[in-house]
Amino acid sequence: MSAIIEVNDVSKSFGGVVANTGISLSVERGTITGLIGPNGSGKTTLFNSIVGYHPIDSGSILFEGREISTLPVQRIARLGLLRTFQQTRIYGQMSGIDNMLISLPHRKMRFADAFGRNGSEEYERAEVLLEFVGLYQKRFLRAGSLSFGQQKLLEFAMALMNEPTSLLLDEPTAGINPTLINGLIDRLQRANKEFGITLFVIEHNMRVIMNMADHIYCLAHGQLLAQGSPADIQSDQRVIDAYLGAH
Amino acid sequence: MGKRAVFYLALVIFMLVAPFIFPVFKTQLATVWLMIIVALTWDMTGGQMGYNSLGNITFYGTGMYVAAVVAIALAYDVGEYTGSSGGGIYKFTEGQYFAGMFLGMLAAGLFCSVVAVVIGYITFGLRGPYFAIGTLGVAIAAGELVSNWEWVGGGQGIALPVYPGDFDDGKVLFYFLFAATGTVLFLFLKWLYTTRFGAAINAIRDDEEKAEAMGIHTLQYKLATWAMAAFFVGVAGAISAFQLIHFEPLETAYQTINLGIFMVVCALLGGKGTLWGPVVGAILFHVFKEVTWTYLLGWQWVALGALIVVTVVYFEGGVVGWLMERKPHWFSLPAKAGEAAGDDPP
Repeated sequence: MSAIIEVNDVSKSFGGVVANTGISLSVERGTITGLIGPNGSGKTTLFNSIVGYHPIDSGSILFEGREISTLPVQRIARLGLLRTFQQTRIYGQMSGIDNMLISLPHRKMRFADAFGRNGSEEYERAEVLLEFVGLYQKRFLRAGSLSFGQQKLLEFAMALMNEPTSLLLDEPTAGINPTLINGLIDRLQRANKEFGITLFVIEHNMRVIMNMADHIYCLAHGQLLAQGSPADIQSDQRVIDAYLGAH
Repeated sequence: MGKRAVFYLALVIFMLVAPFIFPVFKTQLATVWLMIIVALTWDMTGGQMGYNSLGNITFYGTGMYVAAVVAIALAYDVGEYTGSSGGGIYKFTEGQYFAGMFLGMLAAGLFCSVVAVVIGYITFGLRGPYFAIGTLGVAIAAGELVSNWEWVGGGQGIALPVYPGDFDDGKVLFYFLFAATGTVLFLFLKWLYTTRFGAAINAIRDDEEKAEAMGIHTLQYKLATWAMAAFFVGVAGAISAFQLIHFEPLETAYQTINLGIFMVVCALLGGKGTLWGPVVGAILFHVFKEVTWTYLLGWQWVALGALIVVTVVYFEGGVVGWLMERKPHWFSLPAKAGEAAGDDPP
């Protein structure tokens, strides 16, 4: 096992607000790694730093051994490090299937390929993945008219269509009907096992993250508070205190 | 399929015979085609990509000037020609005239594409209304710069040679030049919007940040789209230059408040983001404009303003968008979730 994402001593502040201070963590290739912490503890900021959404103040971020903290978002995405958004983002005016087709990995495309059309191979792949997340029946509907939970599943399918090496998921179960959550956990695990995608997941739902993750990091007040296996984290008094507001 | 083929065939036949069955309206019909070209190209960025440019007129004016300079330079020294302010006598042979026209059109298109890439590189960092105002600034600045450039005639503009044959035949030629350019553009876009390229610029329109996060080369697509649009606007400008014979920079070439705005109104009126919208809009707009300019003279700008307000407030999707909502099966569109049978959102 080797680290696919390495975050070394990363700090980020917005004006006077310090969002992340000296955070170091690593995500092992092929695992599911969790990132938890109370609201406002700096989880999404760290995700944004990793995917190049904003420059970091200090530290370094390596993806597959390559420094990415100075690269723009698109370049990082084309390296195979993808993220989904907490506020789900899909292309609202297109159908589900078109959303999938536009998500084909552009890192494998030359500019001239843009002037081609998608063949049956791409359509089939899109349909298989929509089936995988349970949206096959709704593939011709306008994506913007799907429910929030369905859009979330569509966004996940789009990410898979892009064939990432590593996927950062920002609260994948937020806003999803509780009865669907078990299905989603199963799909995330299958994406990890069957497609070999390394997952790094922000999650507030403890049942979900404890079931799924191999390793968990906990942030509080912009700092790394604890790390370990789900069992370690569950019994860590500092984590419990942080969630109950003892800090 | 049969119905559609008949429809297209009828359009083509009408397009070919129109200047002969309405001989008085040759120039009007040519102008309709010009409006179709500028509306369709505006919609490439405005409708399909979500970048509302108010500066596309830059390419029209630049196309005019490039064509004029190329056509003159084939036969004479440009500075001397413009310096004489119409005082000298310059004759162009038929060969020089047509060579100048076709080389001028080509050069205008290519040059405008390059200009679009350069301006785009600077302005595509701007979003929403800032992009609109930024590009408008570019258009105004370009007009002012050219009007102070004596080599191309300064504020007086440039006079081009007159069509060497019968004046009426010239009108027919210009009609068909515009019609051919417009048809090529329409067919090009009809194809382009079905490719991955079309899907990518739609993605930029729907959510550019998401498109970036998915690794789409957004800047590359934006520059390529604008360069293609600018090519056709530049060619249209070149044809206009020869059609008008004489033009000057601020009122004719870089006419920001006329054609520069009309193209936007055409696209909005017909329905932006659709292939047929700008075409329908351009035809309706030109008819509306000519009718009000003839029968409501003095109030024509008020009528135009009212049309814009009504379109923007009550017909957000324009004529074609309005039809799409009522007759989605005409356009084979994706349905809305509510219309699907057995749909129960979780």
